[in-house]
Amino acid sequence: MKPFTVLDGGTSLTNLTGSWRTERPAYVHRLPPCNSACPAGENIQEWLSLSQQEKYEDAWREIVKNNPLPAVMGRICYHPCEGACNRETLDTPVGINSIERFLGDKALKEKWAFDKAAAKSGKKVLVVGSGPAGLSAAYHLAKLGHKVTIKEAKKKAGGMMRYGIPQYRLPRKVLDAEIKRILDYGVELQTSAKVSSLADVMKSKTFDAVFLSVGAHIAKLTEFPTDPKARVLDAVAVLSNMEGREKPKLGKRVVVYGGGNTAMDVARTAKRMGAKEVTIVYRRTREKMPAHSFEVDETLQEDIKIKFLVTIKKYQNKKLTLGKMALDSKGYPQPTGKNETMEADCVVLALGQDSDLALLEKFPGLEVADGALKVDARLMTSHAGIFAGGDMIPSERTATTGIGHGKKAARSIDAWLRNIELPALSKHELAASENLNKWYYDKAPQAKREMIDLKRRTTTFDEVLKGLSEPEALSEARRCLSCGNCFECDNCYGVCPDNAIKKMGTGKGFEINYDYCKGCGLCAAECPCGCIKMSPEEI
Amino acid sequence: MKNTQAKRKATYTIGNRLEKESDRAVQASPDRANSLTSGHRACQGCGEALGARMVVDAAMRATKGQLIVVNATGCLEVFSTPYPETAWKTAWLHSLFGNAPAVATGVVAAMEVKGHNNVRVLAHGGDGSTTDIGFGCLSGMFDRNDDVLYVCYDNQAYMNTGVQRSSATPPAARTATTPIAGSEPGNVFGTGKNIPLIAMAHQIPYVATATVADARDLEAKVIKAMSMRGARYLHVLVPCPLGWGSLPRETIHLARLAVQCGLYPLFEAEHGEVTSSTTIRQPVPVEEYLKLQRRFAHLFKGGKPVDDRVARTQAIADANIRRFNLLREEESHS
Repeated sequence: MKPFTVLDGGTSLTNLTGSWRTERPAYVHRLPPCNSACPAGENIQEWLSLSQQEKYEDAWREIVKNNPLPAVMGRICYHPCEGACNRETLDTPVGINSIERFLGDKALKEKWAFDKAAAKSGKKVLVVGSGPAGLSAAYHLAKLGHKVTIKEAKKKAGGMMRYGIPQYRLPRKVLDAEIKRILDYGVELQTSAKVSSLADVMKSKTFDAVFLSVGAHIAKLTEFPTDPKARVLDAVAVLSNMEGREKPKLGKRVVVYGGGNTAMDVARTAKRMGAKEVTIVYRRTREKMPAHSFEVDETLQEDIKIKFLVTIKKYQNKKLTLGKMALDSKGYPQPTGKNETMEADCVVLALGQDSDLALLEKFPGLEVADGALKVDARLMTSHAGIFAGGDMIPSERTATTGIGHGKKAARSIDAWLRNIELPALSKHELAASENLNKWYYDKAPQAKREMIDLKRRTTTFDEVLKGLSEPEALSEARRCLSCGNCFECDNCYGVCPDNAIKKMGTGKGFEINYDYCKGCGLCAAECPCGCIKMSPEEI
Repeated sequence: MKNTQAKRKATYTIGNRLEKESDRAVQASPDRANSLTSGHRACQGCGEALGARMVVDAAMRATKGQLIVVNATGCLEVFSTPYPETAWKTAWLHSLFGNAPAVATGVVAAMEVKGHNNVRVLAHGGDGSTTDIGFGCLSGMFDRNDDVLYVCYDNQAYMNTGVQRSSATPPAARTATTPIAGSEPGNVFGTGKNIPLIAMAHQIPYVATATVADARDLEAKVIKAMSMRGARYLHVLVPCPLGWGSLPRETIHLARLAVQCGLYPLFEAEHGEVTSSTTIRQPVPVEEYLKLQRRFAHLFKGGKPVDDRVARTQAIADANIRRFNLLREEESHS
């Protein structure tokens, strides 16, 4: 017999404290700002996450799901991802572009090949033009099982990546290697094969669908009085001719007219060709320059001068007359009536480019507006089966935008050929800086790519930016905050006072046990990356 | 005195899949003991429930489960063990409000008699049982250097019975017994005890302070304490949403701010000497800490301090920063 009243012992687990809850935590995915900003639609956060785990090949495979040219884009992309990076509010953005280059270069070195393509569809697609959009479309179409032929007007593939971007920014062996990988994937390339009439191509009925991506290769020009001695060139021709045997002759004193990236490229090219004095003249101010700030900085470092608020009035007797401008009260440049003069052996116009849409002539039903071909949301033109992308459609006109167009068009073409509807894409809400608990992130300096020395920069076409070493790339990848998506830091699991979060194991995340979760919200408040959302309980 | 700031792999989170399993916190482990399991009746966002699990789980790991826990009366005992239910998954013993250290001494003696030298003893309670009611027993346990780790979960008042002042209640805090009334509303300045310093005065082998805002730091201190023999003392700051008038989700944020503003210095001492302190990583003025708590609401009007009591609180924090060497820059200037 027991000496006094004893109740049977029990565990508190019979007490389901989840009934106290008025707010419910749930794991969510938010869209990382880098992914949101990428014109090629890369899942940047995912390949950074794989890089953090030193799974470099997996990381590269994640990139090429969307972009078949990582080594190229890791050099020439203007990385809007970095501009959107939430890490900016902590110290400096993650150097995404430099890690992409590291992975792209590693893939070339290790000779990683693309994943096997889908089963053959039996459909044939023509891609006109082999710039970023054309190559991307060709790759994605091949991946989806279609037979792709690229027709390229020039001697080699690459479009503006070869005939516009100087070698000191994109070494040709890198470009060649990444193009070769696409060709090895079963894409047929025909060079010096300009399509001068789309009507003829369509009549031949050789192809089931067409993707047009002829780019924008015609330089915009301007008129001012000159004399027979005046050498006036256009930037597109100068940069393109750099790829031929006969290099363009520019002289000792070169003036470049314009303020965009092409103006910087041609000025820096002139410097490397041996010009003593290179001057960029631009009618507005530095703030208004369309060129990217870092490109302007690099240009200025190379002893190239920029004259702001001037226009070219005339160019006679190797003498250039510049009209001085001044900003009016609204900030627009207005002529002042005052002039200045300078000596110049040649003037290069870098005033923007137009698309050569001659191939569309005699082809009824294609809508063109402001020199650009109109397309719908699927990138299909007003003619069924003809799609278009890249610089020839209204767009941002960057290589990365072209990559994105190529991918999107490939998916649309695939759906059109198979007569299926593409599922509507739903996007998660953006992972904003306010969603993060930044206490948990340590400040860490960005691993910057070094430049070769200035003397070498201004006298050779060697690549200006060096790549990151593996340890640098690793530490840079580890700076990623994983905005809006769980990176298994265990905070929620560790801070729950009610032991109501289950750890499911590496790669499997966590689950909330609503039988015991009281809804205190500590997990959400202490989640560094903002992947837990509290919502009111339905009562 | 060493001034330390542990370096983590890119983040200061509790775990991290990039770290070796052995480098991760006990609280990151799927195999943690969960000594205080689900279903306990602590309030939403309870700092003490969290702190107790962190401490006892770490002690369970350090002793490979050979642990007996003695609990003083207080919130922790009431919410975890309403007879006949218990949330404890360890050998656990409760006696009275004031005698936990003495009971722990007794358990140690019993284990010695039975020859169970590997069984270790941890006693714990809130600030009421530690700084007031059980203080005589605690001092005696220190005096005899009994082989017990005593842990105080300091939520700065008697929360279980309705938020009465203890000798750990900070100046100006409103409690049921220090109301907003009279010439000096809330708890008066110049009163109270600093138990970690009193513990150090006993020259015991180990004294440390920690909070629920840094599980790794807290666990490291428990594990270090369990590697030693003799009387050891750990003081853990555990915010109380009910008594402090704070949001349940801000429990950890408040513990962090208490450290970052200097009011709650993190340090370790051995045999009466401070051996290390943790650098403040992101210094903040005391206002940021005070403003989130309704017990201090009477110090502000329209977001501005009503009198010099905020400045006097800041002076306390500044004195801590000097005394415990909490800012690296200051160290290099002096």
